[in-house]
Amino acid sequence: MFGFHYRLERKTIPFVLAIIGAASIGGLVEIAPLFTIHQTVESAPNMRMYTPLELAGRNIYIREGCYACHSQMIRTLRDEVERYGPYSLAVESKYDHPMLWGSKRTGPDLARIGDKYSDAWHVIHLNNPRDVVPESVMPAYTWLKRTALRTDDLGKHLTALRAVGVPYTDAMIANATADAFGQANPGTPFADDIVKRYGAATNVSAFDGAPGNVTEMDALIAYLQILGQLTDAAYKSPVAEAARP
Amino acid sequence: MIAQLTRTERQIALAMLVILSAVGLLMAASGRHDPLGIHGALVATLAVLGSFAVIASYYRPLPTEDRRRQYYDDPSKFGIVAAMIWVAFGLFIGDWVAWLLVNPDLTFDAGWASFGRIRPVHTTSVIFGFGGNALIATSFYVMQRTSRARLPDQLSPWFVLFGYNLFCVLAITGYMLGITQSREYAEPEWYADIWLVIVWVVYFITYLRTLARRKEPHIYVSNWYYLAFILVVAMLHIVNNLAVPVSLGHAKSYSLFSGVQDAMTEWWYGHNAVAFFLTSGFLGMMYYYMPKRAGRPIFSYRLSIISFWGITFFYIWVGSHHLHYTALPQWVQTLGMTFSVLLLVPSWASAANALLTLNGAWHKVRDDATLRFMMVAAVFYGLTTFEGSFMAIRPVNSLSHYTDWTIAHVHAGALGWVAMVTFGSIYASVPWLWKREGMHSARLVEAHFWLALAGTVVYVFAMWNSGIVQGLMWRTYNESGTLAYSFVGTLIAMHPYYIARAVGGLLFLIGALVACYNVYMTIRTAPRHELEAGSEMPAAAPVLAPAE
Repeated sequence: MFGFHYRLERKTIPFVLAIIGAASIGGLVEIAPLFTIHQTVESAPNMRMYTPLELAGRNIYIREGCYACHSQMIRTLRDEVERYGPYSLAVESKYDHPMLWGSKRTGPDLARIGDKYSDAWHVIHLNNPRDVVPESVMPAYTWLKRTALRTDDLGKHLTALRAVGVPYTDAMIANATADAFGQANPGTPFADDIVKRYGAATNVSAFDGAPGNVTEMDALIAYLQILGQLTDAAYKSPVAEAARP
Repeated sequence: MIAQLTRTERQIALAMLVILSAVGLLMAASGRHDPLGIHGALVATLAVLGSFAVIASYYRPLPTEDRRRQYYDDPSKFGIVAAMIWVAFGLFIGDWVAWLLVNPDLTFDAGWASFGRIRPVHTTSVIFGFGGNALIATSFYVMQRTSRARLPDQLSPWFVLFGYNLFCVLAITGYMLGITQSREYAEPEWYADIWLVIVWVVYFITYLRTLARRKEPHIYVSNWYYLAFILVVAMLHIVNNLAVPVSLGHAKSYSLFSGVQDAMTEWWYGHNAVAFFLTSGFLGMMYYYMPKRAGRPIFSYRLSIISFWGITFFYIWVGSHHLHYTALPQWVQTLGMTFSVLLLVPSWASAANALLTLNGAWHKVRDDATLRFMMVAAVFYGLTTFEGSFMAIRPVNSLSHYTDWTIAHVHAGALGWVAMVTFGSIYASVPWLWKREGMHSARLVEAHFWLALAGTVVYVFAMWNSGIVQGLMWRTYNESGTLAYSFVGTLIAMHPYYIARAVGGLLFLIGALVACYNVYMTIRTAPRHELEAGSEMPAAAPVLAPAE
């Protein structure tokens, strides 16, 4: 073996090929089957997609680095299920390009934060977390409420997502900008349109408390309120059923 | 620098800078409604300034033919200076971020200065800015000496260094502008990623061309590690960053993968960035500078072979240990855990090989802080790889994951191993490169050593405590069978540890600033050592031969 190596280390290209070979096997064995074994991701026929406003909010969540302190992955451990809710299923992040499972909980997990707090609470909390949680070490995001959301290019965002596999329809792409406005402006015809396109469960609300203009605060809260709400599959898993009183 | 280029190289450099200016202008135009436009303007400005510099020196005298008798070390000098600038900046941002967890209002009321945006500025500056420049600089130095061959030309090493630093600048300014993919340790967006691929291909070709011209029959072990670093980082980078941009006028892109496949790809990349960037490359550094400084041959050639191939083969499997108890299928988690434990064998073989190399030179370790930096690095490497294998075991991971224990582990590796071995190598190579008797002040090297060690120990102990305390509090139940602590309750318990961590980081930062001063003074004021012939290529006799 060492004699073989003694000869191998005299030849650059064979040595390079040997490194590539040795370093490829693990990744191929672990990653490739995840695309082919269909049990890897559960089926959830009624899984919803992010609306344009929620998607824009998700992009703000990414932009501000929220994922560095908040996970979105409840592990299969008793204390986590009791603290945060049913453990996360793979299907719940099926449309997440990229996933935001996170790796650190400087703040709590957010996989099921949706519908837990009111929109008004989120507005105050994001503006200055210490107004509602005095011990919080989270930064204040004061600029979200005063910054208008860019919505004119949302159709392009949906198109790019369709290219990587999220089944947005042509109508969704064509009306993305109007739908973003409608979701943050209840009572307008645009609001009725988005509910028709994305389903009755869509949250329509003046998220930041000020209808009319669409701000980054609107988008981020729309996203936070949908977390854990895209499908109820996690509540129907065998373990969750057994735990139900 | 431009004076060292041949006429053809000056022409190629100018052509490339003109093309880059044009690309920058196109980006600025197509991205005028997007942060991409700012990056386009930045690229165009830098490229235009570069073109002016080339034009200004275009008619200066051409380099003489006797340059071929000398190693080409100016790129290494540039890389080392860049590494020192990056480390001072990156550690400063890191300590600022640490203080933000003590008092979240120690910042400006602006997006660019918020925790979530400057935290990746810290990680990118220290890993890619400091670590990357140090790796490129030392790899050029080591590859020439161990091959007894000069770099193949004058232009490609400069292209690699400038291109790489442009990538780092695009990365950190991007985060502050809100441009990020959110993929940990691969945050830069698609256009920066494409640029890095171009730079990396040139780096690889430069390496191969130098090796092809070598006068040593064998490729020295340092080069195995540098080659693995270059090759596997390329592979990881390309696959992990596959994405579809929103348009050519948008910085934003959407990852090709989603959910569980994306998580696995991301941690396959993430842990192997640790493996092939922060381990392989720096082992290559250690295998050259430690025996040189100690004046001893590598303890065992066979141990080098076993540990090299063990690390190259085992590491690639272990990424899934970041996803224990998640929605990732359990068979992948189990494979990750198994290989993480197996990885201890080649890791400790490397650490042992390094420490046993010092046999017969321990008196030098006592007297020479530079060598002591490398020795302590090898010790931390052994400790951290043990801790890493331990933390990858599922039940241990259930406690450690998501807590500051991970942060402790990462910094034991990054400060204790990566930074220490780099500082040791920089202290060794600065006098060699600039042809000085030694560093400006040996006492300042000594002071830096103790600051760095104290900072690392304070930091790591603070985060161990914080992580284990928080992990235990999360899972504590009271007598009625409900969770004993709210999340906010655990935050209060963290507070003293966060202060201790920020102080530890501050000590490490002060040490690095001392190093910057010492390197600066060595370059500026120390007397020239006339007799030094370190950059002359020896006609025969290997520089370093591992013991059989």
